[in-house]
Amino acid sequence: MKIEGKQRLWDEYQKDIADDHYYFARSCIRQNFFPGSEIAFLKILRDYLHKDVYDDSHQTTCTGIAYHSALIPFETTRAVVARQFSLMNQAGYKNFVPSCVTSFGVYSEVIETWKNFPDALDQSRQQLREATSREFSFPENIAHTSDIIYKYRQEIAAQAKYKLTDKNTGEPLKVVEHIGCHYAKMFPQKGIGGAEFPYVLTGMIESWGGKIIDYPERRHCCGFGFRNYIIKENRGYCLSNSKIKFDSMEPYKPDFIVANCPGCTYFLDRWQYVIAEMTGKTYGNDGYGIPVLTYEEMAGLVLGMDPWDLGMQLHQVSVEPLLDKMRIEYDPSKKHSGYLNEDIGKPGKPENLRI
Amino acid sequence: MSLVELLKKDFRFQEGLNACINCGTCTAICPAARFYNYDPRIIVDTVQRGNEDDILALLESDTIWFCGECLSCKTRCPRNNTPGYIVQSLRNLSQELGYFTKSEKGRQQLDVKRIVGETMIKYGYCVFLDDIDLDGHPEQGPVWQWYRDNAGSILKRLGANYKGDGSGTMRKISDEDLKELQRIFEVTGATKRFEDIEKYCNGESIPKPDEV
Repeated sequence: MKIEGKQRLWDEYQKDIADDHYYFARSCIRQNFFPGSEIAFLKILRDYLHKDVYDDSHQTTCTGIAYHSALIPFETTRAVVARQFSLMNQAGYKNFVPSCVTSFGVYSEVIETWKNFPDALDQSRQQLREATSREFSFPENIAHTSDIIYKYRQEIAAQAKYKLTDKNTGEPLKVVEHIGCHYAKMFPQKGIGGAEFPYVLTGMIESWGGKIIDYPERRHCCGFGFRNYIIKENRGYCLSNSKIKFDSMEPYKPDFIVANCPGCTYFLDRWQYVIAEMTGKTYGNDGYGIPVLTYEEMAGLVLGMDPWDLGMQLHQVSVEPLLDKMRIEYDPSKKHSGYLNEDIGKPGKPENLRI
Repeated sequence: MSLVELLKKDFRFQEGLNACINCGTCTAICPAARFYNYDPRIIVDTVQRGNEDDILALLESDTIWFCGECLSCKTRCPRNNTPGYIVQSLRNLSQELGYFTKSEKGRQQLDVKRIVGETMIKYGYCVFLDDIDLDGHPEQGPVWQWYRDNAGSILKRLGANYKGDGSGTMRKISDEDLKELQRIFEVTGATKRFEDIEKYCNGESIPKPDEV
């Protein structure tokens, strides 16, 4: 293929990302499992990039997990999305920034449906009016939170205190990037780089000194599968799909994994613990797992934020091997401190996974 | 109205089925097909052929409940079909008509309703820390138990607003906002879906195909 052809293809998978004045839409999963990451997102945007972000107190779930578990009819999801847009209108914002990849997929899917089926749009307007007396207009721009960090990756690099390098060897850290399926597999044009070659996390990693691992199962789903996880009896599906990925990436010896979807980050962390306890198998060095980070945690470390202020003590797979490779300054004794520095005990130790 | 006609009313079905050439690409990349006795190509072929008995058998089967809705099939289909969307429409119809109670995997919707549905009504979120314990989620590991035992202090240290009024991470959703969500559920069919799941799982008779 000629270079011009490649350039044209690449251009199709770029997207407009608003410069400022963002309406932030919270994630159900992320705030529970990685509470420090949403807080870090707001801090990075406000304190390091000097952007205006509105954190609304009136939003609810987008219903995404229930919708993809076949519990909630599509009409309901469309009307809830319409309400979120109405709240954004009410707050005076036009740039919608969902923090969850499932939500990002839901918002993209609902908007596409409204465009393709005008009757569905009329129905959603009518249902929202009947339920809440609200009206709504579409956002001018929708970007996932990882898109925003990607957009400002060079500005973050300019303020970096640490690079993604192994200080012991001077080599770039080897990073596995995992993109949530609903970021670009449903609507490739809505993701940076499309579905086959998404660049949103790769762009951050390369800008901050790391090196990408391209492994065979790179694009395989983490295995969330919605009702496949919610129902305990079905969870073998989730575990098995994550194991496919671990087994595939292991020969490349990744220093860490980073994901842009809250579910994926959680599963890739927790299933390493389960595999270790069930089989004795660990994927990191010396009995450790491979640390799994959110992109805010990665950005936060690069900017010099304290790992425990980022909430990295809530991972089941320890992050210390990564912190030590980057020679990040941290106080191990503060890892398990409470708000007033009080002693709140420590988590129990797994039998096999080293922490 | 026939089952095919009912399916065709669903936007997801209209968008999901164009003309399937039975190439099997969807099955090749499907995470569910890798572990279950499951083949999305056959589902698409079945609804495309439009045989009412075969579609009824699908609606009553475990088969339609294996898909993880990752939508990898949407990316890869060379003819712009989306087997995942077709599965969504089959799941909707199966629940509407009560046929989901005929399969073990289908009956799991009762748990999905009681876990996710009731969490949304109670908290306004799909999941919430207080209701996720290690009995239900042993994979969470000891760090989760420590987090739950000390949630107030840990979340305050991180700057969250745990069960507090106003904005912030882990905030409480106000009664006024929960009411709006509940009204949307009532107006758009979610409440009826919840009631139907309970009703059919409690043995309410389901319509025969010729009564649909």
